[in-house]
Amino acid sequence: MALTSQDIERVANLARLELRPDETERVLGQLNGFFALVAQMDAVNTDGVAPLAHPAAVLGQVALRLREDIVSEPNQREASQVSAPAVERGLFLVPRVIE
Amino acid sequence: MSTDLHDLSVADLAAKLAAKEVSSVEVTQHFLSRIEQNTGLGAFLATDSAVSLAQARAADVRLAAGERTPLLGVPLAHKDIFVTRDFPTTAGSKMLENYRSPFDATVVGKLGQGVPGQGPGAGMVTLGKLNCDEFAMGSGNENSAYQPVLNPWDHTRIPGGSSGGSAAAVAARLVPAATGTDTGGSIRQPASLTGITGIKPTYGRCSRYGMVAFASSLDQAGPMARSALDCALLLSNMSGPDLDRDSTSLDLPVFDYATDLIAASSGGTRATGLKSLKDLRIGLPRQFFGAGCSADVLQAVRAALAEFEKLGATLVDVDLPLTELSIPVYYVIAPAEASSNLSRFDGVRYGHRAASYGDLTDMYKKSRSEGFGDEVTRRIMIGTYVLSHGYYDAYYLKAQKIRRLIAQDFQTAFTQCDIIAGPVSPTVAWKIGENASDPVASYLADIYTLSSSLAGLPGMSVPAGFGAHNMPVGLQLIGNYFKEAQLLGAAHRFQLATDWHTLAPKGT
Repeated sequence: MALTSQDIERVANLARLELRPDETERVLGQLNGFFALVAQMDAVNTDGVAPLAHPAAVLGQVALRLREDIVSEPNQREASQVSAPAVERGLFLVPRVIE
Repeated sequence: MSTDLHDLSVADLAAKLAAKEVSSVEVTQHFLSRIEQNTGLGAFLATDSAVSLAQARAADVRLAAGERTPLLGVPLAHKDIFVTRDFPTTAGSKMLENYRSPFDATVVGKLGQGVPGQGPGAGMVTLGKLNCDEFAMGSGNENSAYQPVLNPWDHTRIPGGSSGGSAAAVAARLVPAATGTDTGGSIRQPASLTGITGIKPTYGRCSRYGMVAFASSLDQAGPMARSALDCALLLSNMSGPDLDRDSTSLDLPVFDYATDLIAASSGGTRATGLKSLKDLRIGLPRQFFGAGCSADVLQAVRAALAEFEKLGATLVDVDLPLTELSIPVYYVIAPAEASSNLSRFDGVRYGHRAASYGDLTDMYKKSRSEGFGDEVTRRIMIGTYVLSHGYYDAYYLKAQKIRRLIAQDFQTAFTQCDIIAGPVSPTVAWKIGENASDPVASYLADIYTLSSSLAGLPGMSVPAGFGAHNMPVGLQLIGNYFKEAQLLGAAHRFQLATDWHTLAPKGT
C-alpha cells in the first residue's frame, strides 16, 4: 500500500506543517521507502501479545506515580517569558482568534 | 608538569584537585583555551568563560573549606539537549535558537550546582553546550541545524550521533567527560565511532526532567568519558530518583558505581560489582555477527572478546531472533512519540515564530515548517501518520506488541548468559555527506543498538581497537535491568588489560 500526495498533505495538516510542492514529493518518496521497511512487521505473529508502551511495565512499575497537587516551583513568569516570541504585560500574544 | 591537564582522567583530575595540586580555576582555564583552539571541530554550540570560571571559583571555595565530594571542581560539558539556566539551549535546532531555560535539568543540577530540595550537587564546572543532531534525531550529527561535527580521528568523517559533539569533545580531549542522551543508540554509537567509553543506563535510572523530549519511553541520559571508571564516577552522581519531577524515574537508591568498581577490582569482599571475569558468561547473539556487519568491525570485536576469554570469561551463543525487526519497530514508535512531544513547538510560548502569517493555524504551520529541519519534519510526518485514524492498529499497536516480544527475547537470552556482547555499529565512521541522500538507509545502521533501547536495558560501548581507515571500533556490552555495575565492572577489567581507551587521535 503506497501513500499518495494527498496522504502527505493530510498528514502535514494534522501535524501543522506546511510543505512546499517539491518537499511533498520528496517526503512522499522517503515515506514510501520507509513503509516498505515497516511492512516486515506483518510477518511477525503477535496474536495474544499485549502491547508494551513503556519499559517501566517490564520493570514492574506499571502505575504512573502521582504526587501531591501542590505548587512546588517559585513564580518564574519573567524567566519563562524571556524566550517567548511576543509578550505584552505578562501575556503571550497570538493572532486574533475570536472576532 | 609532565602530563598536560587534558590528558588526565576524571578520577586523576579529581585527585589533583582534592590534593590542592591544581585549582579548579586553572583546570577550567586550560580546557576553555583548548576548546577555543579547536572550534573547527564543531563540537560546541555555546561557551561562556565568565560563567564557567565563576563555577570554578565556587568549587575552589568548597575545596578550600575541606569538602571532598568526588567530582568537585572537575569540568565537563553537556549535550545541548539538557536545559541549562546559565547557557542557551538549542537542542541542535533553529526552533530553539536563543532559547533560555528558566531552570536546570536534573542531571545538570546533580552534577553541578544542585537540584532544589535534593542537596548541593557534585560541584562540577560546566564548560559549555555540545552540538548534537536536531532534537537528537540522527546517527551522524549531520542533522544539527548549526554545523556538522567532525570526527577527531579523521576530519572528513562523522563522529556518530546524536551525541556527536559530546563524543568528539571527549575524544579530542577538549573535555574530560560529557553528558549524552541515548534514545536508539545516541550514546553508544558515537562513543564507538570516536573511540571513547559511554554507557546508557537502565531506562529510568537518570531523570529525564529538563531533557528536551524526543521519545519519552526510550530517552535516557548517560555519561561519556575515556574510561569505564570515569563513566562510573559520573553515573553515580547523575542518576537517582527524581520522583516529583519525572514520573518514570526509578525509585531506587543511588549506587556508588565507582567505589564499587575500585573495591571489586582490588578484591574487596563487600563489593557487589564484578569481582572477577571468571564466572562471567558473555552471550553473543548470532544476529549481531552476520553478514550485515563489516569484516573489519567483526575482527576488532572478536579480538576484544578473545581478550575477555583470556581474562576468564566464557563465550556462549544466544539468539535475538527479532533483531532486524527492531528497526521498523523503533522507527514507528520513536517518531510517534516525537510527533506528540514536538507538538509543543507552536511559536507561542518559546521557540521560533514566522515573521509573517495569517491566522493562528497559519502561524503554527509557518513557524513549525521554518523551525524544523528535514529529518525532524520527516519523523513528525511518520509519527503523525502511524498515530492517525485507521493506521494506529496496523503500525503503532503492532510495533508495541513486537516491542514486548523483543524485550522477552532478551530475558530468554539472559537465562543463558550474564551480559550480551557484539558490535555497536556495523561499520566504522562514514564520510560526511555519504548517507545524506537516503535517510532510510541510514536507519539500518542502528540495527545493533535499537533492540536494547526498546527493551529499556543498559548498554555501553567500550573501545576495542581499530577497523578500516584506522577508525575506532567499539564493543557493545548489554546488561540486564539494573546491572550497570556488572557492565562497568566487565569494561573496567577489560580496560585494565588493554590500552585502546588510552589512545588519542593524532595532534591531540
